Amino acid sequence: MSHGQEVGPVTRARLSPRKRQQVSRGVQYAIFAAAVLFIALSADWKAVVENFADLDVAKEAFPELITIALKNTVIYTLSAYVVGFILGLVVALARLSSIAVYRGFALAYIEVFRGLPALVVFLIFGFGLPVAFPGLKFPFDQYGTVAVALGLVASAYMAETFRAGIQAVPRGQMEAARSLGMSHTRAMVSIVIPQALRIVIPPLTNELILLFKDSSLVFVLGVTSLTTELSKFGGDLATEYADSTPLILAGAAYLVITLPLGYVVRRLEAQQQKAR
Amino acid sequence: MSAVQIDGLHKSFGTLEVLKGIDATVESGEVVCVIGPSGSGKSTLLRCVNLLEQPNSGKIVVNGVEITDRDCDIDAARRRVGMVFQQFNLFQHLTVLDNLTIAQRKVLKRDKAEAQRVAIENLEKVGVADKAKSYPAQLSGGQQQRVAIARALSMGPEVMLFDEPTSALDPELVGEVLGVMRRLADEGMTMLVVTHEMQFAREVADKVLFMDGGVVVEQGPPSQVIAAPQQERTKTFLARVLDPISRSE
Ligand SMILES: Nc1ncnc2c1ncn2[C@@H]1O[C@H](COP(=O)(O)OP(=O)(O)OP(=O)(O)O)[C@@H](O)[C@H]1O
Ligand SMILES: [Mg+2]
Repeated sequence: MSHGQEVGPVTRARLSPRKRQQVSRGVQYAIFAAAVLFIALSADWKAVVENFADLDVAKEAFPELITIALKNTVIYTLSAYVVGFILGLVVALARLSSIAVYRGFALAYIEVFRGLPALVVFLIFGFGLPVAFPGLKFPFDQYGTVAVALGLVASAYMAETFRAGIQAVPRGQMEAARSLGMSHTRAMVSIVIPQALRIVIPPLTNELILLFKDSSLVFVLGVTSLTTELSKFGGDLATEYADSTPLILAGAAYLVITLPLGYVVRRLEAQQQKAR
Repeated sequence: MSAVQIDGLHKSFGTLEVLKGIDATVESGEVVCVIGPSGSGKSTLLRCVNLLEQPNSGKIVVNGVEITDRDCDIDAARRRVGMVFQQFNLFQHLTVLDNLTIAQRKVLKRDKAEAQRVAIENLEKVGVADKAKSYPAQLSGGQQQRVAIARALSMGPEVMLFDEPTSALDPELVGEVLGVMRRLADEGMTMLVVTHEMQFAREVADKVLFMDGGVVVEQGPPSQVIAAPQQERTKTFLARVLDPISRSE
């Protein structure tokens, strides 16, 4: 803003700032229109339709796309979210603890899991751990393994989000609670954390969206036709029929979930903006 | 026995010594006002009495219990001392009623009905009972501060601390809060009040402490400290506070 104002007086002789803005906007629209036109004209539309919207192939995808693949994606994501949420909150509290050992542990945990690609975590869970601990079994088989592996990935981000949320609650809230005789723990539980949760709802919903997409990594653990999820399901069908339509369907299924969530996030953020 | 007795209180933040040996007493039923320039340590003194700050040395005794004793239960000590903050600090996520009941229930273990009875009683006392179901953000500053006073009173404190309770208020809302405090004083509540409201100090205080640079420079009845200060620093401060033109420095 202020930048434009600084430049303004110099160029005003030729074109008013408002006029210049109009011209610049017009140029941007023209570029956009040209790009769209180029793509539309250069594409082989027949091939596109056959490859991405083949109705016969699409029929083959149902109902399993919904009853198995989407269902499993939702289960993987939500269970991992719950694990990540609880772990994240615990790690965030440890991060803010007055005990240095806890702080150090929490910091190391966050840095490690935030720095590792989700794929690597899954590979460790899929191949590393079974070899290292042959007797190790997670409850609910595949579902349990995914909940823990994906949950660990999510927990590092969530811990940082929780920490920021807790620190965003004004100090006076804790002091007022303590001045009424509440212990530190009681004040955290009854006063600070409930307010922090409100603050972090938008970023935590974003994390849910990310997790939906990361759940596609489950395939590295090896899935059966019953434990498959959207990406793997779509990919397998696409290979089988040498046609991309199932991938489009799988993509659409993700969007059916993530788009409304994204809308919710924007609404919540707008609300919080207003409340301030 | 004094309600609050402070002996040789020292408090530093790092290398900055903020309280340099404070001696003061508040007798039971007395109102003591603390005045002094910004940064003189008034808030810190109050926060020490509530153990929101740990003193470096010195002794604070509240109704015979030494709260600075290492073995003293801090939470129990705080329960007996109510505190009202400049920024109100109402719990934003709770209704006015819940603001008043939560500590009664979680700390004093009162049952819900009893806690609500006490809460309503105190809300009526400060004149905001009709706002019991509202959230703090829906209240004016004056109403919020009166709720904060009612919240502290609901714990049945032996002493009330006020840290510039009207400094964050629009001028037209100051009166309603001072009115509540005046009534509280009339009822015999023991109060330690940091304030810039000289009129209030003059009329309500039994004793005025003038602090500057971490020490109590002068203390006595308001007729003496405010009306006829002996110390040069007190005179300078009062001249600045009472004369609205040189007030802006
Ligand atoms: N937590 C803290 N850490 C470091 N320094 C602090 C802290 N709290 C207060 N101080 C410093 O201690 C000094 C006294 O602060 P205090 O808030 O007690 O003054 P005050 O008399 O209440 O002033 P005011 O009228 O502005 O409220 C100030 O210099 C302040 O910067
Ligand atoms: Mg202060």
